[in-house]
Amino acid sequence: MLGALIIVFREVIEAGLIVGIVLAATRGVFGRGRWVTTGVVGGVLGAAVVALFAGVISEAFEGAGQELFNASVLGIAVIMLMWHNAWMARHGREIAAEMRSVGTAVSEGARPLTALAIVVGLAVLREGSEVVLFLYGIMASGTSGMSLLVGGVLGVAAGGLFTALTYFGLLAIPTRYIFSVTSWLIALLAAGMAAQAVQFLNNGGLLLVLGRTMWDTSWLLSEGSIMGKLMHTLIGYTERPTELQLVVYIGTLFAMFLLMRFARYSPRQRAATV
Amino acid sequence: MTIMRSLIVLTALAAFVALAPVPADAQSFTVTIKNHKFSPSELKVPAGKRITVTVVNDDPTPEEFESHELKFEKVIPGKSKAVVRFGPLTKGRYKFFGEYHEDTAQGAVVVE
Repeated sequence: MLGALIIVFREVIEAGLIVGIVLAATRGVFGRGRWVTTGVVGGVLGAAVVALFAGVISEAFEGAGQELFNASVLGIAVIMLMWHNAWMARHGREIAAEMRSVGTAVSEGARPLTALAIVVGLAVLREGSEVVLFLYGIMASGTSGMSLLVGGVLGVAAGGLFTALTYFGLLAIPTRYIFSVTSWLIALLAAGMAAQAVQFLNNGGLLLVLGRTMWDTSWLLSEGSIMGKLMHTLIGYTERPTELQLVVYIGTLFAMFLLMRFARYSPRQRAATV
Repeated sequence: MTIMRSLIVLTALAAFVALAPVPADAQSFTVTIKNHKFSPSELKVPAGKRITVTVVNDDPTPEEFESHELKFEKVIPGKSKAVVRFGPLTKGRYKFFGEYHEDTAQGAVVVE
């Protein structure tokens, strides 16, 4: 039972971390609960569909279907996170100011929530499909199934608890700083996802450049440990990054930085013309 | 604006991907999963070559075929098979495992 709990928990915390950060990043934005819920529900439904068609996906594109699928999911999530951060760079200050003065949710900001709802949905879909397949395997194997299943369900619950902890932990940050902190968290999240995506493309045989391993820090922090998994999701920690992963990681951070800078200048120009 | 820019980046990346060379000298191997164990549990492969491993899952339950050292993870449904690609590698021993049954599903790639 404990084994099943740990396996499921390990899968769920990756998505949980992302949901927690998204919730904190949208603090004070009107209707965010509905958007995030839509993302989670959509992700769970999607996970079931992906698990159901796992065999078909796997065999597509000469056996590289799963890698392509994962790379695409991660790629879309990276773009959505960039979009959100650019939007937040433009409007974050207004929202934070309004939150301080009124203390309630502001109505502006329905737009970027589409992006974040998609991010939440994709995160849940990716990790969730593995949980669904694992739990399905337990049920299919019969005999000792029940106690393992309980372990799996407890693992999902523990993952939910972890999401809440992430969220409330981030809420402890003063309102003045919360958006800059979450923006940086999202930038690191996106950079890690982009680096993961290019590795999937390498596995699929589609991107075989700069494949040399740069270093090995598995002695320091194993990717298989819970802490390693957390850091993997949070900042894109990889114990053996390839040259391409490092380039893409830094490139994504840089692109994010530029995007946020450009976005920040726009309102003044707009105010002048209106 | 942002979406436009993203699309441009994506298109550039797609072009890049399409142009990436695929080595013709990839070597193929097969590993079978039965009762949550790998056979063979040790694969001897040449150094400096792209490696293709066909994993046949003979169990009725799914398995996640994974290796941090070889940098891949792949879910293989029950009673089916999947292809995993990695390398080129330098000499050494690289462990792989089945994440859903880590206590028994252990193996390694040995590069000579």
